Amino acid sequence: MTEDEHREGIKGMANPGRYGIERIAYLLMRLTGLGLLGYFIAHVYETSNILRGRMGWDDFLAMTQTTEGHIFLVLVIGMCVFHTGNGIRIMLGHGGVGVGAPARPDYPYQPASQNYRHKIGIYSSIVLAAVAMMYGMAVMFGE
Amino acid sequence: MAQVSSIADEQASTPLSSPKSILLRISKFNPKLDESSKFMEFTVSYQKWTTVLEAILDVKKHFDHSVAVRYSCRQATCGSCGMMINGKPKLACFTKISELDSDVVTVEPMNNFPVIRDLTVGFEKLFEKHQKIQPYLIRDDSELESDEREFLQSPQEVEQYIQFANCIKCGLCNSACPTMATDSSFVGPQALAQAYRYVADSRDKGKDTRLNIIDESHGIWRCHFAGSCSQVCPKGVDPAMGIQFLRGYLLGFRS
Repeated sequence: MTEDEHREGIKGMANPGRYGIERIAYLLMRLTGLGLLGYFIAHVYETSNILRGRMGWDDFLAMTQTTEGHIFLVLVIGMCVFHTGNGIRIMLGHGGVGVGAPARPDYPYQPASQNYRHKIGIYSSIVLAAVAMMYGMAVMFGE
Repeated sequence: MAQVSSIADEQASTPLSSPKSILLRISKFNPKLDESSKFMEFTVSYQKWTTVLEAILDVKKHFDHSVAVRYSCRQATCGSCGMMINGKPKLACFTKISELDSDVVTVEPMNNFPVIRDLTVGFEKLFEKHQKIQPYLIRDDSELESDEREFLQSPQEVEQYIQFANCIKCGLCNSACPTMATDSSFVGPQALAQAYRYVADSRDKGKDTRLNIIDESHGIWRCHFAGSCSQVCPKGVDPAMGIQFLRGYLLGFRS
């Protein structure tokens, strides 16, 4: 520790254990966003292999037909579904939708913005992502 | 007389809960002398109503008078005694040891604030950002010039902002905010909630001025609605709600 701002840094940002499901959703949103960005870059690289002709394209595509490739794609499906579902929840919240209305607070001060609608949105996004991943696994590993 | 006697009898027969004890771990750090923080450990007895602040003051009185802690009102009104208590920002005067449900209580200085010494942090930036959003009514005339002598508001108009006027500037929200943990320039939930407090006030005419102040790269757009600020607020201010409403103005959802 030094005589600076005493910031928690990435460690504090990434610590989801202290503030409930909303903070876990915040962390998952960041992680899935970074994951999808990585996938997007990899996808651009992958599709650029078409410039190497049919052989080059088939060779590269064969990588996604392996067990590791399938696991990677299942993760991408999960990240995509969670990021979309939770993203819609957050966009609505950012517009002031579903965050409650100002009112005189009564002890013990339950924050209206952390209400059941948003919690349902978070849990739904997680469940939808899990279902989509299971469906993806059934399709890719099923036969 | 008989009634007084019965009250006295009742009080005499009410058993006091037997004192228990906890291990109180206090972070000790002087940035001018020390390289890193260390923890001093004290065994402190407590009753079910004992607050963390009282336990710290007990340590100061009986064990180590050098522990630096800032406090004043002891009733969650002055906003002085914010600190990390078992990993979460709380007011020490508003947190009972019994409700922590732990045999070990660890107190540290609040995150995202410069440490002055031990449990005391500097609020200069907090107040600087609070001032930045112009926390006062902006209008051309004044109540002294008005014929009505005061700017009247309906109860509904008061409801729009009164929750946000409860802010005691304790800094707990800024300490819990994940964006504040990494971005020293972020204006922070405390100042943003106060910006909404004045924007929502029907007497105020400075909405556009304030929205311009917070509409910057380290302003309102850095909030990602994690909601931790609202969860730790000891006065029920709910900064996350105010910030989303402010963003609604900027995005055109509100007018």
